[in-house]
Amino acid sequence: MLRTEEYVLNVGPQHPSTHGVFRIIVKLDGETVVDAEPVIGYLHRGTEKLAENLTYTQIIPYTDRMDYLSAMIGNYSLVYAVETLMGIEVPERAEYLRVIAMELNRIASHLVWFGTFLLDLGAITPFLYAFREREKIVNFLAELSGARLTYSYMRIGGVKWDIPDETWPARVKSFLENDLERTMQEFYDLVVGNEIVQARLKGVGRYDRETAIRYGLTGVNLRCTGVPYDVRRAKPYSIYDRFDFRIPVRSEGDLWARMNLRLEEIVESKRIVLQALEGLPEGPVMGKVPKLIRPPAGEVYVSVEMPRGEQGVYILSDGKSPHPYRIHFRRPSFHNLQILRELLIGENVANMIAILGGIDIVLGEVDA
Amino acid sequence: MPGVLAGPPNVTTFLWLTVAALVLLSLILLYATYAIYVHRKLLGFMQSRLGPNRVGPYGLLQTIADAVKLLAKESIIPAQVDRPLYHLAPVIAFAPAFLVFLVLPWSSTLRFSDFAVGLLLYIAVSSLTTVGVLMGGWSSNNKWSLIGAMRSVAQMLAYEIPLIVSALGVVVLAGSLNLTDIVEAQRKVWFVFPQIVGFLVFAVAAVAELNRSPFDLSEAESELIGGYLTEYGGMRFALFMLGEYVYLLAMGALATALYFGGWYPLPIGGTLPGLDAVPGWIWFLLKALLLSFVPFWFHATFPRMRIDQLMVFSWKVLLPVSLLNLFATIVYRAFAA
Repeated sequence: MLRTEEYVLNVGPQHPSTHGVFRIIVKLDGETVVDAEPVIGYLHRGTEKLAENLTYTQIIPYTDRMDYLSAMIGNYSLVYAVETLMGIEVPERAEYLRVIAMELNRIASHLVWFGTFLLDLGAITPFLYAFREREKIVNFLAELSGARLTYSYMRIGGVKWDIPDETWPARVKSFLENDLERTMQEFYDLVVGNEIVQARLKGVGRYDRETAIRYGLTGVNLRCTGVPYDVRRAKPYSIYDRFDFRIPVRSEGDLWARMNLRLEEIVESKRIVLQALEGLPEGPVMGKVPKLIRPPAGEVYVSVEMPRGEQGVYILSDGKSPHPYRIHFRRPSFHNLQILRELLIGENVANMIAILGGIDIVLGEVDA
Repeated sequence: MPGVLAGPPNVTTFLWLTVAALVLLSLILLYATYAIYVHRKLLGFMQSRLGPNRVGPYGLLQTIADAVKLLAKESIIPAQVDRPLYHLAPVIAFAPAFLVFLVLPWSSTLRFSDFAVGLLLYIAVSSLTTVGVLMGGWSSNNKWSLIGAMRSVAQMLAYEIPLIVSALGVVVLAGSLNLTDIVEAQRKVWFVFPQIVGFLVFAVAAVAELNRSPFDLSEAESELIGGYLTEYGGMRFALFMLGEYVYLLAMGALATALYFGGWYPLPIGGTLPGLDAVPGWIWFLLKALLLSFVPFWFHATFPRMRIDQLMVFSWKVLLPVSLLNLFATIVYRAFAA
């Protein structure tokens, strides 16, 4: 037997496949991972502590920057918590616009994931195709909110702007039914049907539902083990109960299941947006909200379904000050990342990158 | 040219060969320059973007501008590298790619040499590239480079065997290791038809030998952030890349000679006066260029394989298939004779 020596390799924080500033200290035997220690915190911005010194409206831009790939839903999680705490009524039209914005953002986020995940596997073309379609969504959201990434579109009691012009809904509809449809077909033909992709993903990074629940995984990382838990259905918020959509679930628990689930979710989000565009009512987009938001004393915990899983917002108000006494965000990536070490041991370097990519982390929220 | 080589070694021969080598080197560098350009344009086309279009008409001078930039770059050498090996590695990686042109028959008359064992020489020389890559990876004193270099050795060893065994099918049919003889033997039928299985194995193994997608594991930027190339910058990096592109043409040319009838214009039987008017070397070059275009296509289409899958594929699929092909060819030859 050949004597081999283990060695330590620092993957990140500048490695292109660590999606930002994540670092894994791996101990390798040849190319086999013997031990792995994930290191987070390079980006830590102290969002929660900062938020305790800000008014509720001022916190909204901070929620943009946590999961910057789905800022709309991040915005919503905060305003939803405050609205629940204060019992604010939101106009119908605003709720519809929120759902449209959130689901478009979910599609854009999954597209970014898909592209970068394939990049982790060594394919460049799908990345560019995915970003091409995402760009169109970003343009729509920019027309709606005035920003391309950090939207700050949601307001406590409604949304900031109405649709930019009368053609906007028709253009979004046309994009979803034509461009996105065509690109999704391309993805299925070129990527999902590709034997190398299948060989790289099937059976890799597998875990069962007990493990997933034990680690507190949510989102696709949980649904790939057969648990049909999606906050939009489990604890319906906004007006999601009015739409007809499916929660895609698979039971393989591997990377293959996770990739396919995200692609299926794009299709379901598309269905929701189309229905919402169809039913978009007339009316105001802001409810009656006091100038200075000062919730009554009490606490609230709400959760929403982000592209990466369940985001919870806890607010404790003392009833006197216009800023939260304590605010906490339960960020899905932060929780999903915990399973990483268990998944990596025994894998090789190539699978390590694929498994990390498959979890779908955004460091902005891991290190919030 | 063979006439010069056959004569006794003297100053005239030496000067002749030097001039010829310089001309060939210039032509090859010109090819590499525009292969890179074509690669980028093709990728641009396949990925719905433009590719180079600013420097010169249609971006034609882009690679030249890049070369100037690479030459002008500060040469950064990490502190703890093994200096002699580090400097020698790019040269050793590039030289074989150029050297293999020695045995390629561009037409029935245009060739550098006429080795009786040309194919053997080609394969022997081309495996030297591995040494360059290994030296680069080892001397860089970087763990990423080391993994890349080790992968490269494993990969080249694994794929060279099916490559050679599949090429042996052609050797059996032609009854010679001389590339000119092999092309001559395809006057009636190109070997790609009787040797289609062998050719497919050869093509896959060649892509792996060339270190290109989906087998570009030794530099795997998503995993190894450049692998054996990580610590190389400027012109040293360019030499490695140049080697890869030149090797691409060399491999296309070898496939042309082995399977696609070399300088013969028609795949099956006879000749046509019109087609024969075109010099043989143009046919040869066209086929070689066309074949060397295929890996670019792969590059845009496939994700990267995993090293264990790559090994399994070579040892458990390609090798048995190529052995079967060789066996069938030998049996056929025995009965035909």
